[in-house]
Amino acid sequence: MFELLKARILHGYQAIPDPLKAKINQAFPGVPRLSAGADLAALAKCCPVNAISDSGLDLGRCIFCGKCQRLDPEAVSFEADFRLAADSREKLIIRPGQQDYPETSIQTRLPRQFRRSFALRNVSAAGCNACELELGACSNVNFDMGRYGIEVVASPRHADALILTGPISQNMEAALYSTWDAIPGPRFLILSGACAISGGIFAESDKIRRSFASKLTVTLYIPGCPAHPLSIIHGLVTLMRGR
Amino acid sequence: MTNPSCLELPARLNSVAFFEQIRKLCQNGYSPMTLFGSKNRQLFCLLHQGAELKLLNGDFPSTLSFPSLSPQFPSFQILERELYEEQGLVPIGHPWLKPVRHPRGDIYEGYEFFASQSSALHEVGVGPVHAGVIEPGHFRFTCRGEIVEYLEIQLGYQHRGIIRIFEQDDIRDKVSLAECIAGDTAIGHALAYCGIVEALTATPPLGVRIRIIALELERIAMHLAVLSALAGDVAYLLGQNLLAALRTEVINTTLSICGSRFGKRWLCPGGVNYGIPMALAQGIVSNLKKTQNRIRLSCEAMLSEPSVLSRFDDTGKVTAPIASEYGFTGIVAKAAGLKLDSRVDFPLYPQIDFIPCTECSGDVYARAQLRYLEIMQSFDILFMLLKEPLDTKPLSQKPKEIKPDSLAISIVEGYRGRILHLAKTAGDGSTEFYRIVDPSLVNWQALAIAVRGEGISDFPLCNKSFDLSYCGSDL
Repeated sequence: MFELLKARILHGYQAIPDPLKAKINQAFPGVPRLSAGADLAALAKCCPVNAISDSGLDLGRCIFCGKCQRLDPEAVSFEADFRLAADSREKLIIRPGQQDYPETSIQTRLPRQFRRSFALRNVSAAGCNACELELGACSNVNFDMGRYGIEVVASPRHADALILTGPISQNMEAALYSTWDAIPGPRFLILSGACAISGGIFAESDKIRRSFASKLTVTLYIPGCPAHPLSIIHGLVTLMRGR
Repeated sequence: MTNPSCLELPARLNSVAFFEQIRKLCQNGYSPMTLFGSKNRQLFCLLHQGAELKLLNGDFPSTLSFPSLSPQFPSFQILERELYEEQGLVPIGHPWLKPVRHPRGDIYEGYEFFASQSSALHEVGVGPVHAGVIEPGHFRFTCRGEIVEYLEIQLGYQHRGIIRIFEQDDIRDKVSLAECIAGDTAIGHALAYCGIVEALTATPPLGVRIRIIALELERIAMHLAVLSALAGDVAYLLGQNLLAALRTEVINTTLSICGSRFGKRWLCPGGVNYGIPMALAQGIVSNLKKTQNRIRLSCEAMLSEPSVLSRFDDTGKVTAPIASEYGFTGIVAKAAGLKLDSRVDFPLYPQIDFIPCTECSGDVYARAQLRYLEIMQSFDILFMLLKEPLDTKPLSQKPKEIKPDSLAISIVEGYRGRILHLAKTAGDGSTEFYRIVDPSLVNWQALAIAVRGEGISDFPLCNKSFDLSYCGSDL
């Protein structure tokens, strides 16, 4: 009994006061910056997921392994900024010299009905459990996304959106389509993590089927490997309420 | 043996002698770690008894079939199913031969489940998509009323073809892939993979102590995640919240070192990418001391709470004889009283004087209590290692050339149990095969056994107490 009381007192108040403005540890690799004269060809060679090309660094592929930054810290840096989510695939490509990333990344707004309540149904389609744990952590006492009216629901019938994690294995494709079909409209698709957005490190595997993610309209992309809870919450709340 | 290391390839036996030898070893107390066939039609079997390893090499049987070992040694049941599926070798007499992870045709369905014609029994199917935020898998219960008579677990939904990607291109560039074998064990699998590369290239790693810190941080964090979820499953919400917040403290510590809450990007073949400067180490120690105290208080309170104990006690039992017969490892084996810990048998850092924790009852309580004990033990290891400076440059060295025709094995005690990686290079230095054995592959059967005779409503509790990986076994 006394242990429990002591534990509760030491626990104190754990909720992050404002997850949208939270300060994250400086070690966190968030929004990348490419210097204007970055040697993209050399960087592209070291990238394990082909995220770097002539046009820039693709956040939809990037697994934030830091290899490019360690190779050439002058050319690439990652700011400790978790506001990584975007509303279109094109916006995820960071060009050399680009400085305005999080400001214009989400301009879409959900219809007014979803301003204060948004129910998500997660399907893990071959996710490695890192994205799943981070999505679960969004509901814990620290991040508490319930304060914005966002919750993860058990049945697709109760969901407004499907939040997909994982690159979509051949074996999960049918179950993913049936879950999507069971969600009543209006419904939205959210992709969380590099695997869901682009196939990530599994993009080249012959056991991966990308048709679901490429055929349907995606409302929000949340980069990361895995996507950080603050990135997830920032993306969802911006989508619901605007900036 | 030193771990990781390259093994001498033993003389190749004909297939009859190969299986005969396995039988003989198993009768003498050996237990299989893996059994598989390679592209050039050779069989490999790795067995162990304590720290004693035995590698066998044999030819494919010309009939493409062999007498199944499973009826006599159940620890082979999933290994033979894998072998059947990957190489088409039929284990004659296998009690329930069905695929492990590959689809028949294009859609993954239509598997036969064990069924009873009795009118007193009914079936309950769950999954692949579950109610919570977890990975997919299918559970088929055969119940008498509320009581589970039999559970069949069908996985494979997470199959990403990861082995094939390991075998392509340069084996030295796969650390990010290794971190995704199971994201919750990113450090455990990355460490096992690094060991393989270092053995194959004869590169002694730097920063070994930092690697052990990473591994123990992961163990603490994931055990806390399980304990928190167990509290949630029995509606002990205060415990659930206390422990979830404490896990956040631990994974944020990992983030402060390497930038990822899961320790992704921390390790690399030849060493580590991020060191721990003295100032950071001191901050971490003082923070973790407070965290440890709060974990102690929360766990002591939870594991003496009558409403928790009434659900944990005597639920989901796996006894020691069953655990050793089926070759279970890790938490499952240790909670049943078996002293099986790779940190003793195959130490990566032998300087630590280490006695594995065990429990004896083999139920949900034992597995929860054991996780608590292991957390406390891991803290002791951390504090010991964090005393000295840990950022001496360089932190890593580039792996050298790959030795051709070599077979390397690497064993790590992840938080779930023994992680085994095995790789062989061909004459030109390319990868002939890469094998990954997550403890979950074998341990899933423990869950199926544990729920027999339990109420079906206790299934989530039992499942969480084992906390097995879907993608780790589906690969």
